[in-house]
Amino acid sequence: MKALAWTAIVLGMLYFILPLLGMAEFSLSMRRGVYSLDAYASVLSDPQFQRTFGFSVAMAVFTIVFGVLLVVPTAYWVRLRLPWIRPYIEFITLLPLVIPAIVIVFGYIRLYNTSSWLPLTGTPMGTNVLLMFGYATLALPYMYRAVDTGLRTIDIGTLTEAAQSLGAGWGTILFRAILPNVLVAVLSGAFLTFAIVIGEFTMAALLDRPAFGPYMQSLGANRAYEPAALAVIAFAITWACMGLIQLVTRLQKHTRAHA
Amino acid sequence: MSYLDISHLEKSFGANHVVKDFSLPIEKGEFVSLLGPSGCGKTTVLRMVAGFETPDAGAIRLEGRDLVPLRPNHRNIGMVFQAYALFPNLTVAQNVGFGLKIAGVEAAEARTRVQEMLDLIGLPELGARYPFQLSGGQQQRVALARALAPRPRVLLLDEPLSALDAKVRVRLRGEIREIQQRLGITTIFVTHDQEEALSISDRVVVMNAGIADQVGTPFEIYNRPATPFVAGFVGTLTPFEATVLDPDLGTVQSGGMTMNLGRPLAAQQGATVPIALRPEAVHLGRASGREIVLPATAHSVEFMGSVIRVRAEAAGQSFLLDTFNRPDTPPPQPGEPVEISFSGRDVIVIGG
Repeated sequence: MKALAWTAIVLGMLYFILPLLGMAEFSLSMRRGVYSLDAYASVLSDPQFQRTFGFSVAMAVFTIVFGVLLVVPTAYWVRLRLPWIRPYIEFITLLPLVIPAIVIVFGYIRLYNTSSWLPLTGTPMGTNVLLMFGYATLALPYMYRAVDTGLRTIDIGTLTEAAQSLGAGWGTILFRAILPNVLVAVLSGAFLTFAIVIGEFTMAALLDRPAFGPYMQSLGANRAYEPAALAVIAFAITWACMGLIQLVTRLQKHTRAHA
Repeated sequence: MSYLDISHLEKSFGANHVVKDFSLPIEKGEFVSLLGPSGCGKTTVLRMVAGFETPDAGAIRLEGRDLVPLRPNHRNIGMVFQAYALFPNLTVAQNVGFGLKIAGVEAAEARTRVQEMLDLIGLPELGARYPFQLSGGQQQRVALARALAPRPRVLLLDEPLSALDAKVRVRLRGEIREIQQRLGITTIFVTHDQEEALSISDRVVVMNAGIADQVGTPFEIYNRPATPFVAGFVGTLTPFEATVLDPDLGTVQSGGMTMNLGRPLAAQQGATVPIALRPEAVHLGRASGREIVLPATAHSVEFMGSVIRVRAEAAGQSFLLDTFNRPDTPPPQPGEPVEISFSGRDVIVIGG
């Protein structure tokens, strides 16, 4: 029985690891006969890479800020005062998982085109704002669940009342008593958002923004070794994000007891 | 007018009428306990004073000013919760200083005040610790210091000892009372534990189904319960029914016993009144000053350490009696014939 379990684990790991190893090996094989980092050098020195990556990182940061400001107060208020509304909110936050990004972005273009009442697509800045809203929507299921789970681990009702009895208003309660205690949850939501935004293709391509996703796609269509190097870089970023979540959890002094 | 005047409070949650016409004037510096079983409305009254619930009717006046329209953060009322509710991300000192920071107290002054509070609760060295590094008793002390730091006008304690183990509970309740008396802060304490309420309060309010059944000093509540509920809830007793023989002389008859209560009764001759005896009023064997002596049979014996509680059957009635433990006198065995004695003057007339 034990042997069977180990076989399943080994097979599963091979299934995941072999393609990664193959890809990494291929990304190092740009120079004939020897392993080299040429493909990486080529990718990293490409100004297009720097521009699109910078754009996507900036978009990710704005999306995270917007997502936190939207989700934390909402999830807090729903847990504190409107618990009966929770199933509905959960349903809404799950919608982005069942509605394809392409449907959302076509809806956006139709609703906010230059001849609409709010012509967001008329300017690059307006389109960026629209793209950020789109990203926030895509990240909503992850962000909401992360924050909601974090809120479940603390007694927000009593903490809120304790802060109120000490004279705190809603802003102080939210930012000094609640947010610091769900920071790990918020950060894991933020890193997931980051990973989604960095790799997103559909929305950025259809809104014609110079993001990292469309760049990866164009590189993949035109080059041989560089896309593999880019994929390894993208994996490294994602894993770094996951590592950071772990690190932040460890470094939080007040939760060390639970770790 | 009293310092804190709670008058005619009403509160319902849906069809559940939890607080009914509750009034309680509290003097400055007084320690008042709201005592009752769960669901009696005591916590709801406390939460209305704190501002976490809005009364359906009635007023809560502090120094003449109505608190009801004020939000909880504008009332300057400190509160300690059963679940401690310390902010897990802040150190002990930061927790205690939380209210001061919000009030805009200057940093140096706040530091002094925090240290003063930590000294007050006997934890002067623990300012840098996080709540998870403290025991339950220490956490609740910090919660008390945090509530007291901004110099609140009233302190509310919502079952602060319920989550602690027995020894810590007894020690901490003494400390709470001592701190309250030292600071002279008006305090409302909610508990379902009668021993807690009786031991530390100036006055006790016994609540039953949303109503204040009796308000009085612990001595009055224990010795002169106003209603059968208070008599049954506070302490242990043996209830009887008695027929009044002579209300002026205070003589009653129950189960063939004639007792002289030594005081006039408000009831008519021939009326039935509920009476009761506390276990400590009944003596095992004969004793001077206890004129009523009954032959009895020991039924059950409960050894509780310093006290032994015996249930004995006499005159067709079950009596509870407490006797101090004496190493040289073993308690009676169940089924053993014994004598019990008591005085008519120790009989409690419920509501009389």
